[in-house]
Amino acid sequence: MTANSTFAVFLAVLRRDLLIGLRHRSELFNPLVFFFIVVTMFVLALGPYADTLKQVAPAVIWVAALLASTLSLDMLFHSDLDDGSLEQFLLSPHPLIIIVTAKIIAHWLLTAAPLIVAALFLGLMVYLPQSAIVPLLLTLLLGTPVLSLVGAVLGALTVGLRGSGILLTLLILPLYIPVLIFSVATVDNAAKGLAITGELYFLGAMLVLSVTLAPFATASSLRVRFG
Amino acid sequence: MFEYFYKYGSPRHFYDLSKMFVPWLGGICLILLIAGLTGGLLFAPPDYQQGESFRIIYVHVPSAWMSLFIYVVMASAGAISLVWKVKVADALARASAPLGASFTFLALATGSLWGKPMWGTWWVWDARLTSELILLFLYLGYMALQTAIDDRRTAARAGAILSLVGVVNIPIIHYSVEWWHTLHQGPTITKLDAPSIHPSMLVPLLIMAFAFMFYYAAVVLLRARYEILENERNSAWVYELTEQRKG
Repeated sequence: MTANSTFAVFLAVLRRDLLIGLRHRSELFNPLVFFFIVVTMFVLALGPYADTLKQVAPAVIWVAALLASTLSLDMLFHSDLDDGSLEQFLLSPHPLIIIVTAKIIAHWLLTAAPLIVAALFLGLMVYLPQSAIVPLLLTLLLGTPVLSLVGAVLGALTVGLRGSGILLTLLILPLYIPVLIFSVATVDNAAKGLAITGELYFLGAMLVLSVTLAPFATASSLRVRFG
Repeated sequence: MFEYFYKYGSPRHFYDLSKMFVPWLGGICLILLIAGLTGGLLFAPPDYQQGESFRIIYVHVPSAWMSLFIYVVMASAGAISLVWKVKVADALARASAPLGASFTFLALATGSLWGKPMWGTWWVWDARLTSELILLFLYLGYMALQTAIDDRRTAARAGAILSLVGVVNIPIIHYSVEWWHTLHQGPTITKLDAPSIHPSMLVPLLIMAFAFMFYYAAVVLLRARYEILENERNSAWVYELTEQRKG
């Protein structure tokens, strides 16, 4: 088992998950549609007034993104559990962390990356100022990987349980608070023309921390549940 | 050293040993509670600004301390359980969660009662209130996970990972919320060199803090004993114990 073969496993899992994702188009689009619907609900509840919407736009988009990402996380290990490939991952001689990391990256590419593109349009629809659009995309780019990484730990802990969907949401949302606070603050500041580098650095730090720790925690969660 | 560790870490010895501790811890708690409450409610002078209503700190502050302390205990027990697979640590963590949640709730409730006359509102989205509320969510999440997993051994280890993830996150959550918005008065006791609270008010508060600590120790041991009986219900010694009871 050389470093080479481990990397090959990483690529194989990544390729497999991306392929499965692309062949189940509806599952791919559902979080995206959900994202649009939640934002629409907010607008319907708040009223179509540009002044109000402009102020709450960053919050609305980020809360919708959080919910969409939470919903899709329930699926991260679910099909693998159903078809038995999760068992194969656990039995594999290769480090589970590598496999799990590949799965998280694939999940991010399939669910969060489309969200970022959609946010570009949604931002315009809720009258987010032009100056805040790029910062919004930056926060999503730095923040959504944190959501996928932290979410993977809890997704692994809850996969296959009765009522896992609502349980996962309950466990996960409190842990998403720092990302929410800093992201919304970044976009708010950008809309007011203030500096945003500090907040972006914080988001970057959270990303580094979760990249370092979350794959280990996810792998040991799976071992605890099924090992 | 490890010999003792394993001997008293075994559920059976812990079950016997803890039986001796519970009445003592409970008794000390009762004495400290009486001392602290008389000191705090009768002898401490009213606050020059907040009047008599400041006396709620004798419940509020110790509960807030305990709410954090218990989470750390839970996470430490979780780490011990994951690394050394000590079964007693599992029972202690599981027994701690409802207590931690109750203390968190108590801190929130007393804070809200105090907030009405002082700030003129039951609730403000202040940093410390908010992070206490989030802590309550973390406790409730832990408890929900425990009940969702049927196998108690798996549940304990899954809970251990969850509490460790939580303990890494609590400081981040706390400071991000702090940074977000704050109204709560600053800490008055942690400044050890010159606390901005008078000794006649401080001493009962510290006594109360110790009383709460002993209460927690007594109740967590009591609850852990029941958890152990439940976990070990298929083992020979529990069977013998129940047979003896039946007479």
